[in-house]
Amino acid sequence: MDLITPNVGLVFWTGLVFVILLVLLTKFAWKPILGMINKREQDIAEALELAKKTRAEMAALQSQNEALLKEAKAERDAIVKDAREVATKMVEEAKSKAKAEADKMIEDARTAIQTEKNAAMADVKSQIADLAVEIAEKIVRTAISDDSKQQELAAKLAGELNLN
Amino acid sequence: MIELRKMRPILLGAALMLSSFLTFAGGNHETEEFNVTETIMHHIKDAHEWHIAEINGKHITFYLPIILVDNGVKIFSSEVFYHGEEKTYTDHEGNTISYIAGTGKGEGYAMFHEKIYKLDENGELAFEHDHPTNAKPWDFSMTRNVIATLLGALVVLLLVIPTANFFRKNGAVAPKGMAKFVEPLILHVRDDIAKANIDEHKYKKYVPFLLTLFFFIWVNNMIGLIPVMGSNLTGSISLTFVLAVLALLATLFSANKNYWKHIFATPGVPIPLLIIMVPIEIIGIFTKPFSLMVRLFANITAGHIIIIALVSIIFINKNMGWAGLSVPMALFISVLELLVAYLQAYLFTMLTALYIGGAVEEAHH
Repeated sequence: MDLITPNVGLVFWTGLVFVILLVLLTKFAWKPILGMINKREQDIAEALELAKKTRAEMAALQSQNEALLKEAKAERDAIVKDAREVATKMVEEAKSKAKAEADKMIEDARTAIQTEKNAAMADVKSQIADLAVEIAEKIVRTAISDDSKQQELAAKLAGELNLN
Repeated sequence: MIELRKMRPILLGAALMLSSFLTFAGGNHETEEFNVTETIMHHIKDAHEWHIAEINGKHITFYLPIILVDNGVKIFSSEVFYHGEEKTYTDHEGNTISYIAGTGKGEGYAMFHEKIYKLDENGELAFEHDHPTNAKPWDFSMTRNVIATLLGALVVLLLVIPTANFFRKNGAVAPKGMAKFVEPLILHVRDDIAKANIDEHKYKKYVPFLLTLFFFIWVNNMIGLIPVMGSNLTGSISLTFVLAVLALLATLFSANKNYWKHIFATPGVPIPLLIIMVPIEIIGIFTKPFSLMVRLFANITAGHIIIIALVSIIFINKNMGWAGLSVPMALFISVLELLVAYLQAYLFTMLTALYIGGAVEEAHH
């Protein structure tokens, strides 16, 4: 029976020891330990949060960099394209200008030739007229006897003359 | 190899237990018949001496101080009883009961089955149905269990104070050394016991109490398993009574309106039924800590009884050959008791947290 009956002396001493232990540990052990563990947990949570934030920032920065790079590339492409266009245009212009010049020169040459030719022709005509007059004079001198025949001949000769 | 190294303390413990037992029981064997019940009862009950071992007929015993409150405080060594004057009493059926009367400072007192009585005017104890009828002084002796309590408290301090110092010195860093061992247990109590059972906003207040409870019970359970110690503190109803009362007080002092309302006017219960319900609920307040008290006491005491009984097989049969059966079984139970030591500490603490949690819970309908 005394196995299951609490003993006053033992209850007193164990109770006293336990309460003293509770007070001592609470003051000198549990509070500081739990405080530090809490602080550490907070630190870890904060560090994780910071890491997460930093990672997000890094990702944002990277995408920004990529966008910048892309923009720069597009700009470069545009510049190159423009330059190419300008160059092509310039070449085209130069070509057409040269062609126009050449055409003009040819035209000029042609005009000059025509003029020369006309002048030459006029010269030839005047020489032919002189020759014709000379021929006519000779014919007139030879066949002046008959007036009708003279005229006929004159007409015939004139007709035959082809002014080129 | 690692597994074997881990097992070493357990094996060593078992060997120590057996060796101490062999000498102890061997001494008995020469003089008197081996009595299992007596051996077991001697172990699981409290005593005024601390008997460590008997080697070649020589006892290694610490005589603990006796403190009696009987018209003033009287302090003397328990040696006056263990080496006192043996007296006998013959009852009317002719049975002889022997007890020991104190000498020297213990004059006027006698010890019978580790209980101290005042001698009557003839300097004798009077018995009725094998129990002395004499008056008893208030016995506040530093018994084996009191010394074990102090030792247990010291071990808890040795575990926890270095941990506190570590954190004080190093700040909020990852634990090292002793702190590395103790911190997981602290977190276990805080998260799995306190936070799991008590309202999230209120649990913090109870963590120190629950931590002390857990460490005190666990450490004392473990000390009880050290063979040469031979103490059975957590298997003592006095200690479990103290702890259960503290658990009850913690519950009652933290109880809110909602808790009392559920006891005296359970919502949704018709009034005629309350006549039956209220007494049951009031009894329920006390049965919870009562179950705590009995559970810890019974589990630890049972473990000690089983181990001693199994080892006693050898001495009952007076044949070393029985060791082949008794030692493996005792070893198995000893290892099991290591688990039980933790499990009972966890259960006691967890259920205390559960009761506190029930007392501080807010109404949610």
